[in-house]
Amino acid sequence: MSAAIRITQVSKCFGSVRALDQVDLEVQRGEFFGLLGPNGAGKTTLISALAGLVRADSGSLNVMGHDVQLDYRAARRLLGVVPQELVFDPFFTVRESLKIQSGYFGIRDNDEWIDEILENLGLTSKANANMRMLSGGMKRRVLVAQALVHRPPVIVLDEPTAGVDVELRQTLWAFIRRLNEAGHTIVLTTHYLEEAENLCNRIAMLKAGRVVALDTTAQLLRRFSTHCLRLRTDGAMPAELAADAAQNGGWWSLPFDAFDQVEPMLAKIRAAGCRIDDLEIGKPDLEEVFVRVMQGQHEGQVS
Amino acid sequence: MGHGFSTLFYKEVLRFWKVASQTVGAPVLTALLYLLIFSHVLAGHVQVHGVIYTAFLIPGLVMMSVLQNAFANSSSSLIQSKVTGNIVFVLLPPISYLEFYLAYVLASVVRGLVVGAGVLLATFWFAPLDFVEPWWILVFALMGGAILGSLGVIAGIWADKFDQLAAFQNFLIMPLTFLSGVFYSVHSLPPFWQQVSHWNPVFYMIDGFRHGFFGVSDASPWLSLAVVGSCLALLTVFTLNLLKRGYKLRA
Ligand SMILES: Nc1ncnc2c1ncn2[C@@H]1O[C@H](COP(=O)(O)OP(=O)(O)O)[C@@H](O)[C@H]1O
Ligand SMILES: [Mg+2]
Repeated sequence: MSAAIRITQVSKCFGSVRALDQVDLEVQRGEFFGLLGPNGAGKTTLISALAGLVRADSGSLNVMGHDVQLDYRAARRLLGVVPQELVFDPFFTVRESLKIQSGYFGIRDNDEWIDEILENLGLTSKANANMRMLSGGMKRRVLVAQALVHRPPVIVLDEPTAGVDVELRQTLWAFIRRLNEAGHTIVLTTHYLEEAENLCNRIAMLKAGRVVALDTTAQLLRRFSTHCLRLRTDGAMPAELAADAAQNGGWWSLPFDAFDQVEPMLAKIRAAGCRIDDLEIGKPDLEEVFVRVMQGQHEGQVS
Repeated sequence: MGHGFSTLFYKEVLRFWKVASQTVGAPVLTALLYLLIFSHVLAGHVQVHGVIYTAFLIPGLVMMSVLQNAFANSSSSLIQSKVTGNIVFVLLPPISYLEFYLAYVLASVVRGLVVGAGVLLATFWFAPLDFVEPWWILVFALMGGAILGSLGVIAGIWADKFDQLAAFQNFLIMPLTFLSGVFYSVHSLPPFWQQVSHWNPVFYMIDGFRHGFFGVSDASPWLSLAVVGSCLALLTVFTLNLLKRGYKLRA
């Protein structure tokens, strides 16, 4: 069975800007995949190339085995894209927009599915409102709805939660999760790393058009981030522990791999006569992974 | 042609119909004003091909309205979609470049014909009109609308900003339509300008169209058909090639 998305050696330049540099990426069917990277890393360009909005200079892109240039009709039918920019057609109502979008994909009587999407995105009461009258958050929901009218097996969301309130984020992710559980492949980009950590089973990190990390979320966390014991003390720290620790204000961060190392560490501190004023245990998080990967310490360590 | 094509065509028609007072009403009013002013100034002084001036003027105004509105429809729709970014809605679906072209051009033709019919309805009270060879009327209205609709697609794709589109309109479309014999017979021009007019394809659209009403014209309707048909074929090939390459639409 072909992968949901296969990107092979894709490069793209805009003038002298190398937006994509020999990107290789494969997303399997049913995955919830995160595409992360700082602004300008090339995420949107990669998505645009997949959607046929941008033509790659070299390499090939496939959606479920269909080349996005040679077999664009099949590829586009299988792909639903939520664009990053908040765009809308001011001439139409929400329902008209969705019916028209269905028609573009060759679907005639789509009201049942449209109603279901509206319901799931909390848009039912706005169905007959003109697009101009909607708030930014509501317009964003319609943009998601428009990407789903043709029930695409592969759904790509480009920063769908940028500038969006908490309620919509939760509604949106609950819905997208259900779609994922129903078998849809999901690819998302986001600047909220917590979101990616919670949702994505696998993550690629892009930097200056190159894939600089690609692994399961669990593996990335394990490789680039650790648990750590954070302590606020009266200032002192036994030299043996201080060697591995980072100090920030009154706080010391002591990394550890397994929980049974915590007790001996505390014992050493007690034995040295240091006073502990505050204590917490930090879990590995994607933010740390992201920062370390982007600092380039692990470049070339793509697996 | 699939349902994607018919939906895009329907959407393009709906788009202008929803604001019909601007897209249909206003140009009909403009044409009516031209008629009132020019016929007031010139009627009684001028006859063309043995036809009283007001009657001669009406088909010219109708055709000019068809052409200008066909151009306005595709060009303004495309530039608006590009500037606001909602062009992605038609670029993401599996719509072929041929379907894209036909949908925009046919919707332009519809807008042109609706406005043209409106102008005819508003003006035919003012002078006796014949419809001697109605097929020519229809053929030239359709082909002229399609040509300007294609030019609108080209301009809408090429222009990045509204003022670039305005330049295209002011420096190409307006001179071509105004210097085409809408308001006069080119035979009444000095020889030099007659020559120039014969290089203007819009002259043949108007002349052929007018032939359908009166059965007389500056040029043979067959010659006009050949010129207009060749222009349409050339523009179609050119525009399809732009769209196929994704010029300015798919970076
Ligand atoms: N249409 C374009 N024309 C010129 N440069 C572009 C275009 N699209 C993107 N770029 C450039 O390509 C790089 C990658 O941009 P983008 O894919 O939008 O990054 P991201 O989505 O990761 O923030 C940036 O340097 C951006 O300025
Ligand atoms: Mg982006």
